[in-house]
This record gives sequence, C-alpha cells and structure tokens, in this order.
Amino acid sequence: MSEKTIKFKIDGKEIQGKVGQTILEAAEEAGIYIPRLCHLKGITPHGSCRVCTVKVNGRPQTACTQPVVEGIEVENDTEEITEHRKNIIDMLFVEGNHFCMFCQKSGNCELQALAYRFGILAPKYPYQFPKRELDATHPDIFIDKNCCILCGRCVQTSKDIDGKNVFEFVGRGPEKQLAVNSKANLAGTDISVTDKAAEACPVGAIIKKQEGYAVPVGKRLYDIKPIGSEIENK
Amino acid sequence: MNDKIISQVCSTYNNNKTRMMDIVTTLNKQLGGIDDESIDLIAKATGSPRVLVESTISFYSFLSKDKKGDVVVRLCNDVVDNMQGAKEIKEVFEQELGIKCGETTEDGKVTLEETPCIGMCDQAPAALINETVVTSLTKDKAKQVAQDLKGGAAAETLVKDLGDGNNANDLVKSMVNNNVKKKGEVIFADREDNVGLKAAIEKTPESIIEDLKISKLRGRGGAGFPTGLKWAFTRSADGDNKTVICNADEGEPGTFKDRVILTEECNLLFEGMTIGGYVIGAETGIIYLRGEYAYLKVFLEDALDKRREANLLGKNILGKDGFNFDIRIQLGAGAYICGEESSLISSCEGLRGDPKTRPPFPAQKGYLQTPTAVNNVETFCSVARILEKGGVWFAEIGTEASPGTKLLSISGDCDNPGVYEFEFGVTINDMLSESGAKDTKAVLVGGPSGQIIGKDDFDKAICYDDLATGGAIVVFNSTRDILKIALEYMEFFVEESCGYCTPCRAGNVLLRNCLENIVEGKGQTTDLKYLEELGESVQFSSRCGLGQTSPNPILSTLKNFKADYEALVKEDDGFNPAFDINKALSVAEDIQGRKSVIFNENH
Ligand SMILES: Cc1cc2nc3c(=O)[nH]c(=O)nc-3n(C[C@H](O)[C@H](O)[C@H](O)COP(=O)(O)O)c2cc1C
Ligand code: SF4
Ligand code: FES
Repeated sequence: MSEKTIKFKIDGKEIQGKVGQTILEAAEEAGIYIPRLCHLKGITPHGSCRVCTVKVNGRPQTACTQPVVEGIEVENDTEEITEHRKNIIDMLFVEGNHFCMFCQKSGNCELQALAYRFGILAPKYPYQFPKRELDATHPDIFIDKNCCILCGRCVQTSKDIDGKNVFEFVGRGPEKQLAVNSKANLAGTDISVTDKAAEACPVGAIIKKQEGYAVPVGKRLYDIKPIGSEIENK
Repeated sequence: MNDKIISQVCSTYNNNKTRMMDIVTTLNKQLGGIDDESIDLIAKATGSPRVLVESTISFYSFLSKDKKGDVVVRLCNDVVDNMQGAKEIKEVFEQELGIKCGETTEDGKVTLEETPCIGMCDQAPAALINETVVTSLTKDKAKQVAQDLKGGAAAETLVKDLGDGNNANDLVKSMVNNNVKKKGEVIFADREDNVGLKAAIEKTPESIIEDLKISKLRGRGGAGFPTGLKWAFTRSADGDNKTVICNADEGEPGTFKDRVILTEECNLLFEGMTIGGYVIGAETGIIYLRGEYAYLKVFLEDALDKRREANLLGKNILGKDGFNFDIRIQLGAGAYICGEESSLISSCEGLRGDPKTRPPFPAQKGYLQTPTAVNNVETFCSVARILEKGGVWFAEIGTEASPGTKLLSISGDCDNPGVYEFEFGVTINDMLSESGAKDTKAVLVGGPSGQIIGKDDFDKAICYDDLATGGAIVVFNSTRDILKIALEYMEFFVEESCGYCTPCRAGNVLLRNCLENIVEGKGQTTDLKYLEELGESVQFSSRCGLGQTSPNPILSTLKNFKADYEALVKEDDGFNPAFDINKALSVAEDIQGRKSVIFNENH
C-alpha cells in the first residue's frame, strides 16, 4: 500500500487517509466513530446493515465500503443521517425477536449498544414476531436465528479467516436466513469452537456454549462504556 | 437414479460452478425440483460447498427443493392482469384443479402458483405454463386449459392460435402477439441487416465511441447512463478479457418492449452487441434472458447459429483479422432483482442474484472480474442504427437533450395496448390519446420503481430530464383505486427484494403493512408522516436501485393523490385502529383452550 496521504473532510474537519483505505477506516484512525454493525476488521466488507451510511459529496454511500478520495466532503454526524440510522436500528429490532433481558449477549451486543448510544428505548415500528429456528446440535456452539441480523460477519469470517465455508445465506427478501454447510445442522459442519467465525456475531445469534455468565451483567463491555467510545477516546 | 442425470448435466457445463444457473435450471426442469441429495451431488461434481448450491437454488422463484408437478401453472398477478380479471381466472383454476395457489394436485400432475409481471400486460390476463405462455385468458379459456392439463395435456399443446410475426415461427410457436402500434425511425424502421456492423469494422473503436458521443445516446434500461462513456470506460479498463452483456431481464412490471425486439429484431440486437464487442475489445457476449421468455430461447439460438455460419460471429468476423466475438444466452429463473446490472452479473456467475458492492463498477471488474459493459436490448439496437446512419442523424431525432426514440409499453385502461415507438419529448397527453385512453385518473410512468402521476402532470414529456422511463406506461381510469394499486406494487417489492440490506428487506414490509392498514380503513392521520419518513429512510439507505426506488408507489401517491389517503385515515384519538384485540389474544386463547372472558367476540 502506498504511503501517499489523501486529504478529505468529515463534518468539516480535515482528515488524512491513506490510499486503499475506506472512509470508515480513515475516520477511525482520526478518532471519529462512524456507527457500524456488519463491519468487522479483517474481513471483506459486506455493506449490508447500512448503519454506516454517510453522505459523500451529497450522495449516500456506506463508509465501510467507500474508498477515500482526495477532496471529498463527508457528512456523518448530522441530524438527517442520525434519523436514518435510528430508523435502521429500529427495523432490525422489530424484524427479529430480540429479548435483551434474557439474552446471553446482553451488554456485549453491538445492536443493543447502538440502540443505547442513539437513545432508543423502544422501537417505533410494530414488532413482526417472526418464527425463527434454533440449532443447538453442535457441542460447543449454539445458533439462535431469533436475533440474527443477517450481517454476514460469520459467513465472511469463515471464508476469509478460517478458510472454510461453514455459513451462507438462503432464501431472499424477508425470507432470507442463515444456513450452514450441511444437510442437517451445525453439528454436521466442520466448524470448530476455535474458529474465528464462532465469535464474529455482533448479536446473540451465534454463541459459544459453557461461557454464558463468565462476566456478570453490569460488568460487560458496553455496560461500562458506550459503543464507539473506544475509538473516540483514543 | 438421479446420479446419472446430474453428472451428465454437470459435465455438459464442464462441472463449472460458474455455470451453476444453467446446471440448476436444467436439472430443475428435468427432475421437477432439486432435493437435498441432488444438491450434494451437484456440489460434489462442481466442487462447491453444498450450502452455496442451496443458496443459489433458494434465491430464484422458478427453482425449488420441493418436487413440483409435471406442469407448473404460473398465473400472472400483476396489477394490469388483476384489472382485467386475473382474480377470477385464478378462482377458475383453483376450482377446476381442486387445489389452492401454491399447491400440487394429488396425482402430481399440476402445480398452481402466482408470479409477478411476465411481460404480457398488453394481452392480460396471462399465465406461464411451464415455458409456454397463454394470453388473453377468459374464464372459459381458463376452464378449458385447466381441464386439458388435468387430462395430462403437455403445456405446448395448449397453444391453438399462433400470434403475429415471428411468434408463429416454427421455433417459437407461441400465441403471444407483438402488438406493435407505432413504428419509428430507429428500432422498427425499414432497414437492411448488418449495415451498421460492416460500417463499424471499417472504423477504429475510438471513432465509434466518438460517434456514440455525438449521438448523445443514453441507456434505455432506466438509469440513462451515456452509452459512449460507458463503453469508453470499459474499453480503457485493465484486463485482457472483457465482456459485453445484454440485459434482457425486462422485469419492471408493465414493460414488454424488449420481448418484441427479441421476437422481431433480434438480428439488430446481435449486431449492436457485436459492435460492442469490437469497441470494447471483448470476445465474450452474454444475453441475460429472463426465465419468463424461455419460449424464445431456441429461436434466438438458431439466429445466433445462422450468424456464426455467416461469419457475423466467431473468429475473424467478416474477415476482420483478430476480431473475435461470440454470444451465449444465459437464462434467468424468476428474480426481478437480476435486472439490476451487478445482480445480473452475479447470476451469470452462477450465484444468487445479490447486487455487488461498488466500487469496483462492472466497467472495471464485472463478469468473472472482467471489465464488463451491461446494456439494455434497445440500447444495443440504437447503437447498430447509429453506426448505419451516423451520430448526427440520431441526435436530430427526439429532443436536444434526449435524442432518439423510446419504445413504450403501454397497457392498462386504454383501447390499444401495445408497443409504441415515440420520439423523446412526447407528452403523456399525446400518448394517452394515441393509445385510446379515456377518463384517465393516473398514469404509472417507469413502472412501480417510477412514479404514479395525476392529471396535473399529463402535460409533462417523456425524456431524461422530465419523466424518465425504461418503457413502462400503465394507464388507470377514474374507476380505479390508486391506493390499492400502490399496495399491490409494494407487495411486489417485498417479494422481489434480495434481502441483502436492512432498509429494503425490513423497511418495505413495514411500508406495505402500514399501507394495507390504511386501505383496510384502519389507518390514522399520523400514518401519513410515518410512511413518508420510513419511505425516505429506505430510499436513502438502501444498497441498490431496487430499495432506492421501492417506496415510490407510496411516496409518489402521497404527493399526487394525497386526498385519496386523507379520505381513508381517521384522526388520531390515542387508540390504534389497526390493533385487533381478538387477534392479539388468539394465541393465548389457543394455549388456554378457552376464549377470553372479557374480550369474547360473542360478548
Ligand atoms: C431493480 C432493478 C431492475 C432493473 N431491471 C432492468 C431490466 O430489466 N432491464 C434493463 O435493461 N435494465 C434494468 N435495470 C437497469 C440496469 O441496472 C442497468 O442500468 C441497465 O441494464 C444498463 O443498460 P443501459 O445503460 O443500456 O440502460 C434495472 C435496475 C434495477 C435497480
Ligand atoms: S436494496 Fe438491498 S435488499 Fe433491496 S434489492 Fe438492493 S441490495 Fe437487495
Ligand atoms: S457497517 Fe457499513 S453497511 Fe454495515
């Protein structure tokens, strides 16, 4: 990667990025947090949650996929964009079944943490209460599709980092769902508990068994500090 | 038993996983469905993870894991078909076959389904029976068809009277009609084949790009990107292999003009694609033909063969050293999103039809990572004419900023539905009077992804900087319920969203549900703001053109038919009129095994 710097602006502030970086990465280096869900360092960006949508020279683009270009003007923390982001988070909550109060991921969940960061206490859209499946067949890993947000992090991590193809999506539209590379279920795949894909999930849809309450509620990652503060306080 | 068929079909395509669409559409046709064992066999033969094969199959409406009947009847449930009695036709089929939509007869002979627009709005109600199209259905005809099928008739035998032009060709044998109602100077003109191509090979690719820039030709598929510029980008992109793709997916409800070009002017299209290959430096050409038009495939393949024999395709075309180009047909399998160019490329690569992340753009990295130019059927035809007659000739037709002609597919409440070749600049009023539309209340311009406009806008013109359209025009008279129509179109987008991104996957369902409440009289004034804000978020945040335009049926009617909404919604009195206590309690009542004491319906 070339070391040439690329100058551009986020909300009026001058930023220096590098060739090949995305807007999200360059912002992060400069201590600016652009909210995100499907993004995970080290894997091909999926660009599906749309939470990171910013305006680039007036046009909506996802910061996690859009490369930095000299002279662009990026809008991130504006009233308009915040409104759209809150709406997307609301959509994700009502589209699935998210019961934070008894979810093992509570406090470490990125969706929950984003909702808190945006001051969302209850979604404004009507709950859809879909019927979703569980897969507890694997001795070490558990899938609960109730909270799957179809971010693709497990799919891509398995491919890019673990060198496997444990996960993929099937179906389309509102029927789209996570599937595993086996006729039966997760136990039939070659996933191992040490795979990075087993810890890629931002929500409580893929959970490792036997470590549920290792850290008590109240002392977890986002119980202590809001999501994004690790970037902003760098 | 299936092992042999599967390995045979896979090896026909060299066990190449990028030809997965051909493998699974062929097998689906032969086996009636692709079950788990078959998926494993395909995965093994092609060296793909089985879940990837399953992912592809699960994406397309015409493919399934479950075995379907020997004959699958797909009734078109487009808005225009419904206006012309499709609901009654469906009842006849259900009654005669003794099954509901979505079911298969007990003897395994017939499956009944519904499908969105099959490109026959000018001869609605229509249905797709396996690959055979039946048009202008009446209750009597439907009854006869159902009875024939029950008796074991093959789909092809249902065609009694042949349509006009090449529809009657031995390789087509279809009852579809062209209904060309107006010919223009560019597409449906008197001309000689291949004059454009012969002129092209005497020129340099650069000077052809110059001609295209002079002509100011812009894409006819909807987005309107300047064709000369697109070809220049693709030509200058890095990569030895390049690809030219023709988008013949024609999925926008209300559009059927490409079908008529494919039937009557396929050589003009092939000529344009071949010129594209010459300009861009591509040897590979692909036509992505929507699954609904599979009945044209053999006919088109024969035309391609004839071109190969005449050295209009193949190696050293027309004696031009080093000019190699050939075309294959890629059949789709029922997915509107595959008309979006990057989804179309995914599909050509054997994957589910998800759009790709941009950048890179297709012109940089498209089909199998090669620089790729995707253009609409009509665009390629216009290119061939420009090479024949010159960029200046073309630029003088139509308007200054939108030169040339535009094929419009006009249907709905008008006396003469069909395909019209107008010059750009034609107004809605002119179009309405020419197509014999009376008492018009609203016009859908550009399909559901376009706008539903009212009388105030009928003096507007069809062109890129006023009313842009890929070609769909649907006319609604004063008896029509515009909000119900908008609801049907929202239903379409919910069905056809690929599901990749949050706003389109989840947002369209919420939009549809709210509009449904309003149509059912359970809406309140606050719903209008809810629809507007939600619609704007879906538009703003969606990943591709589908989601970015899917709220249009709602947003354009909120703008142009506000009174229709206001007549239906109630003042907000703190109660939610859409809430049904009995429905909400029913699950608990089921578990309890008794009715609620307080909220008993019979109370
Ligand atoms: C959801 C969606 C569906 C589309 N369907 C078609 C189609 O059926 N035919 C078509 O030519 N273009 C379609 N397009 C536009 C294509 O993405 C692309 O812009 C076009 O094929 C480019 O060709 P042109 O420049 O010649 O118009 C669609 C776009 C979207 C977003
Ligand atoms: S907007 Fe998103 S979900 Fe909708 S079709 Fe495009 S990529 Fe798929
Ligand atoms: S983080 Fe960019 S789209 Fe999800």
